[in-house]
Amino acid sequence: MSILGILIPVSLALGGLGLAVFWWMLRKGQFDDPEGDANRILSDDYDDRPK
Amino acid sequence: MTAFADPQRPSACPACDAAPLAGLLAGKALTDARLMLALPAIHCAACISGVERTLMAQPGVTDARVNLTLRRASVQAAPDVDAATLCAVLTAKGYEAHELDPGLLAATEIDAAGRALLMRLAVAFFAMMNVMLLSVAVWAGAEGVTRDMLHWISATIAIPAVIFSGQPFFQSAFTALRARRLNMDVPISLALVLAVCTSLYETTLSGEHAYFDAAISLCTFLLAGRYLDHRTRANARSAARELAALEVPRALLVTGHTTQTVAAASLQPGDLVRVLPGGRVPVDGHVTHGHTELDRSIMTGETLPAAIAPGDTVRAGEANLTGPITVRVEAAGRNTELARIADLVAVAEAGRNNYTSLADAAARLYSPGVHIVAALAAAGWFIATRDVRVALNIAAAVLIITCPCALGLAVPAVTTAASARLFRKGMLIKNGTALERLAEVDTVVFDKTGTMTDGAPQVQGLDGIDTATASVALALAAASAHPLATALSKALAGRGILPAAITQVRELPGFGVEGTWHGNSIRLGRAEWVGASDPLATTATYLRIGTAPAQAIAFTDQMRDGAAELVAALKAQGRAVVLISGDREAVVRRFAADIGIDTLIAGARPDEKAHAIAALTAKGAKVLMVGDGMNDTAALAAAHVSISPASALEAARAASDIVLTGRSLLPILDAMQTAKAARRRIKENFTIAFVYNVLAVPLAVAGLCSPLIAALAMSTSSVTVSLNALRLR
Repeated sequence: MSILGILIPVSLALGGLGLAVFWWMLRKGQFDDPEGDANRILSDDYDDRPK
Repeated sequence: MTAFADPQRPSACPACDAAPLAGLLAGKALTDARLMLALPAIHCAACISGVERTLMAQPGVTDARVNLTLRRASVQAAPDVDAATLCAVLTAKGYEAHELDPGLLAATEIDAAGRALLMRLAVAFFAMMNVMLLSVAVWAGAEGVTRDMLHWISATIAIPAVIFSGQPFFQSAFTALRARRLNMDVPISLALVLAVCTSLYETTLSGEHAYFDAAISLCTFLLAGRYLDHRTRANARSAARELAALEVPRALLVTGHTTQTVAAASLQPGDLVRVLPGGRVPVDGHVTHGHTELDRSIMTGETLPAAIAPGDTVRAGEANLTGPITVRVEAAGRNTELARIADLVAVAEAGRNNYTSLADAAARLYSPGVHIVAALAAAGWFIATRDVRVALNIAAAVLIITCPCALGLAVPAVTTAASARLFRKGMLIKNGTALERLAEVDTVVFDKTGTMTDGAPQVQGLDGIDTATASVALALAAASAHPLATALSKALAGRGILPAAITQVRELPGFGVEGTWHGNSIRLGRAEWVGASDPLATTATYLRIGTAPAQAIAFTDQMRDGAAELVAALKAQGRAVVLISGDREAVVRRFAADIGIDTLIAGARPDEKAHAIAALTAKGAKVLMVGDGMNDTAALAAAHVSISPASALEAARAASDIVLTGRSLLPILDAMQTAKAARRRIKENFTIAFVYNVLAVPLAVAGLCSPLIAALAMSTSSVTVSLNALRLR
């Protein structure tokens, strides 16, 4: 059962990482225009400075 | 933006929403260099890059960004760049564009309440997943120290997560308790607090059962329902605000010999304002200069344009048709007749507020019931065992099992699915309970002018006119921008008639057009000016050549797309259909006969329209009002549910529950069907939630409900309810 001592912290850390990344995405406004982002990837314009 | 600060409930009164809007419209639009454009027609990647490239190519534009989800573009530009020019450039390129007021939309962009809710949901979901993993180990048979350790880790994750994520429920429950009433959030909060506390107590005693997983998953499911609900409301409000932002009321203020554009709300009595043909009168006042004709249909429903001369009174909202006029301001902003009619709306709204939504009705039964069952179970076990610990555990189990996960999802999931479906069909749902109310409708009342008709007149009876006369009429009509003249020249040109060679053409705004043909003086215009002896009762223009008697050319209103089909379908469904109008009886009667409506009310003033609706309601009818004008707003607000077309005046759209985004009226049929289906789904969902409770509550009361059963019952009921709602899409 001593393996739990490693696995539980690892799973919690990974979950926490996911939460932190979600918080970052929310702050960066990545959910503001989901439809637009899905379509922009199809655009042929060469953009070396994406906004 | 204080008017929209309260995320829980939008203001009950559209007039209250509209008032601060008008004030905001005034100040910000002129100073902010950040422009916002509505792009209702964009739909693909090519549109995005096309619009952005076009905007960036304009001088002074530093940045342009399209948001495809909101169909909007935000532009950073030098202060001298005008939104109107950008719109014109985009429209010329084939992208329909309208100016939006950025001041109004600032709050929509950063939906702080929505993000906070989403963050709470994310935290709850994270905690739920981890605690569930640990619980699986407990259910699998962990014992002794291992079980205690797993319980303690669950506690350290679940307790902070419940405190953070559960705040919307705790706050709402606290407010309700302080006002000495029960709402859905009181049992929810009680369940969360009791479950966490008894579980913590059990854990300290190395007990077998802990409900941390149940508490946090309860939080997650309920937050999901809350978030869906919030999104529907926020979308509805931003839609309403977008409609408001489309109209930036400006006026041309005359100072000395120049004019300048100012916000209409900043005008003072005594100011002089110029109103150009094609524009709306922004204020109440008297005409000091100029002749013209005014389209008053939006205020009175009358289709015949009124001739205006210096000294005549004009009202805000009336459209100027032919000549420029100068108006001395008597009342502006909130003091105009237009704003006063908007106040009628607030009064009429009060009558509708006693509608109880299905969710409220369910909550009213549910909240006391749950408390009584939990308290009885706890009391019973205490009497039987004399053990407070067992009694509290039972109470917590009962509260968790009965907790309204499914109930909390039942309505928002259905409303979200139904609104999405109707949005695709061209309808904006502005009110959360609009669909429920629409499902009950048995009487439909239509306004005539602007709702059933398109506002564009059509020439009638051209056959009685010979070619020579027609060519003269065409030559005269082509010289004017008056709607009747435009319609006439289009109709004549469509028949292959060529304009006659006429000279000395002159338009007299408010009267007509005159000229010379083969030495004869010719006139096309109003009956009295042309010299017609017996003017027609309907909309008409008159043509006189030389000394011959004047000839009348009559017009009818064009029926809106889908109007006739809609009326036929409604009658086939056995619903009563009524036509109501401020126009004259003869005109209304003929139109009603054309479209197939038997019941009509003509010559109705705004308050009479509202009274007619109230009379129908008093007889027990559930009335759907469809209208567009200022004179309809009180009636729209008084009806059980109301719909307005996109072309309607802002106040009318604010007063109605549903706005049509397209030109056709046919989506109303779809809306009624979807509303019925949605109501059925909501009821089904309540039944499902109820059945789960009936099955699980006896187990909980008998003390047989382990955390595993609680978790299973909660998740399956929530998932079934959501799936059932999705069938509506």
